[in-house]
Amino acid sequence: MHVLLAILSGILFAAGVWLILRRSLARLVLGLILLSQAANLVIFTSGGLHRAAPPIVGENATALEAPYADPLPQALILTAIVISFGLFAFFLVLIKRAHQETGTDDIDAMSEVET
Amino acid sequence: MNALILRISARYLSPILIGVSVLLLLRGHNDPGGGFIGGLLAASAMSLLALAHGTASARRSLRVDPRTLIAVGLLLALTSGFPALFGGREWLTGMWTLPELPLIGAIPLGTPLWFDVGIYISVVGFTLTIVFALSENDEEEAV
Amino acid sequence: MNLLIVLPVLLPLLTGVGTLLLRSSTRIQHVVSITGSAGFLASAILLLVRLRDGGILAVQLGNWPAPFGITFVADLFSALMVLLTAVIGFTVALYSIAAIDLPRIRYGYHPLLHFLLMGVSGAFLTGDMFNLYVWFEVMLIASFVLLVLGGEKAQFAGAVKYVTVNLLASMLFLIGAGVLYGKTGTLNFADLAFKLAQNPEPALVNTSAILFLVAFGIKAAVFPFFFWLPDSYHVPPAAVTALFSGLLTKVGVYALMRTFSMIFIHDMDFTGPLFLVLAGLTMVIGVFGAVAQGEMKRLLSFHIVSQIGYALMGLGIFTQLALSGAIYFTLHVAIAKAALFFVVGYVARRRGHTNLARLGGLLRESPLVAVLFLLAALSLAGLPPFSGFFAKFTLIKAGLEASQYAIVAVALLVSMMTLFSMTKIWNEAFWKDAPERMDTDARVPAPYLQAGDKWLYILPIILLVGITIVMGLAAEPILQMTGRAAEQLLDPAPYIRQVLGRMP
Repeated sequence: MHVLLAILSGILFAAGVWLILRRSLARLVLGLILLSQAANLVIFTSGGLHRAAPPIVGENATALEAPYADPLPQALILTAIVISFGLFAFFLVLIKRAHQETGTDDIDAMSEVET
Repeated sequence: MNALILRISARYLSPILIGVSVLLLLRGHNDPGGGFIGGLLAASAMSLLALAHGTASARRSLRVDPRTLIAVGLLLALTSGFPALFGGREWLTGMWTLPELPLIGAIPLGTPLWFDVGIYISVVGFTLTIVFALSENDEEEAV
Repeated sequence: MNLLIVLPVLLPLLTGVGTLLLRSSTRIQHVVSITGSAGFLASAILLLVRLRDGGILAVQLGNWPAPFGITFVADLFSALMVLLTAVIGFTVALYSIAAIDLPRIRYGYHPLLHFLLMGVSGAFLTGDMFNLYVWFEVMLIASFVLLVLGGEKAQFAGAVKYVTVNLLASMLFLIGAGVLYGKTGTLNFADLAFKLAQNPEPALVNTSAILFLVAFGIKAAVFPFFFWLPDSYHVPPAAVTALFSGLLTKVGVYALMRTFSMIFIHDMDFTGPLFLVLAGLTMVIGVFGAVAQGEMKRLLSFHIVSQIGYALMGLGIFTQLALSGAIYFTLHVAIAKAALFFVVGYVARRRGHTNLARLGGLLRESPLVAVLFLLAALSLAGLPPFSGFFAKFTLIKAGLEASQYAIVAVALLVSMMTLFSMTKIWNEAFWKDAPERMDTDARVPAPYLQAGDKWLYILPIILLVGITIVMGLAAEPILQMTGRAAEQLLDPAPYIRQVLGRMP
């Protein structure tokens, strides 16, 4: 399972890098989104993969019963997802505005507009 | 956009979505749910309205500027830390009361819910700020 | 209960929220912004006074014990950096009253400014790796919107580059944190230092150390990751550039110094020389870039890069004196740099552009600003009696003591070139006669300043130049303080005890 997920995150990284090397801004955003998913997958994998109960304390219990899954990597990923949601939302607005202003989706052409 | 099916269904769907989002918010402390996911759902209900009836109409039915919502939500989340200080605890420590209500019985009310309500409101505000900026071509409102 | 350590985060947040709620009135926003940042400054001073003798404060938010909860820790280094944030924040808020145009204020300049300050002081005060990431992102979102605010065409290309590179850095940071967590099972600074000191496991820990190095290196604009900075920092108004140059890169430097002096210390034979090489190249490339520029903002942006090298040099030498010098240098350069960018903003307002070839005659026109520029520039170049001299002197002394002659030679050479490029600005903008045909840029409102506005431009410059002079005159006590901060970095035992409540 570890190997499979490692390969999968490798593929995601490769695809993300390929996309951000394009000149089109829309692909740039897609590439960054793929990369952030790959990063999340790496955290998930390195947090350890094994079958275990969810880390929720039962109705009448006071402590967790082992074996339970480590909740921290998931908390990290959740936070990272929330943050990248915010960032990408901003980024999309930026690209839309940039496209409106400069009339191009091409980063090089956009730099030429710059005086 | 002017699609009849979308407009009719949006009219009935969005109140349901908002109701579910409040439910998610309230069950959030011990079960899956919470302010963030509830806020996203509420924002998606408003976005549905924006899609069906146009952004201007969605803005009107929201009544307040979404940016005000961000501020109010942050203020709520921020102030939820202070009750703990009066008890001499660290800032943001969860404090609980169990008020007895007629008919319903005791319900646990605590600062984590207070905090979550703040998060809910600011997530609605943030998401709608972005959604409106994306859907409006009016340059003045974007960014 | 220690509200004192949370206040530097709470007050900017509160100010940001206040300005967001009261955004209908520009005047009220200004008042709230100034009051809020003055309160922030006061809280930062209180924190420093409390910690000046080398104490450490830790607070577990929500009463969840470390290493599981969210920990805020302030040692002397953090307190000094928070004070720097507050000083820059206050002067920028003051400067913004006159220097930021109405549309920008209407789009939410003030809330963003204070959210940025919150992110920066959060990053300085957090006690674990993951929250450092979160604060980095708070900073990034705020800085990102500040960069595009106003929506001029030139801003978009710069902003896209800025955001892309910073997002990549954040991702590397996140992966590093994930790998580190997988290896050690903790992300709390104190717990990490404790566990890695007991059980150094070079293999994967080095991987994540290098990921952090690259991530923080991008944020700090270290060679070879600096290229995005001169490409994007010149586009926003000078007040924003001053804020960015004063704070954002310094957070990267702070993160490097914090992690590579407390946590990743098991492989100094490798990281020490690496830092020295990076430091040297950063200094040289930055200053060469600066010398080649003919536009004030771009020139100074390259200097930001070059100056980062000095802070890194202290980290590479890694003695108490060197770290002390690096901390002092970071404080000095942020202040001197912000003052210089304020001057650029003034010049841009008067002339409508900052192209050196077409400037001139400013000495006759505004002698006070010219003198202030000269003082800040000399301080940056490292001439006595300004703070720059003592900062560089300490670093060079540390380098000589550690027999790192190569980096000392580079540092001296780069200082000379810094002086050279500063005299270039002086000659072109201030000293030479005004060009006969004054071609002002049509996009900028008429270069007319009311007396009140003019003083709002000049007062923050006076404050910052005053601080750099005082830092030079009072170098002895300040260096003692940074020395204690460096001691705390080199001996993390009290820090660990304070956070975890047990002895390593």
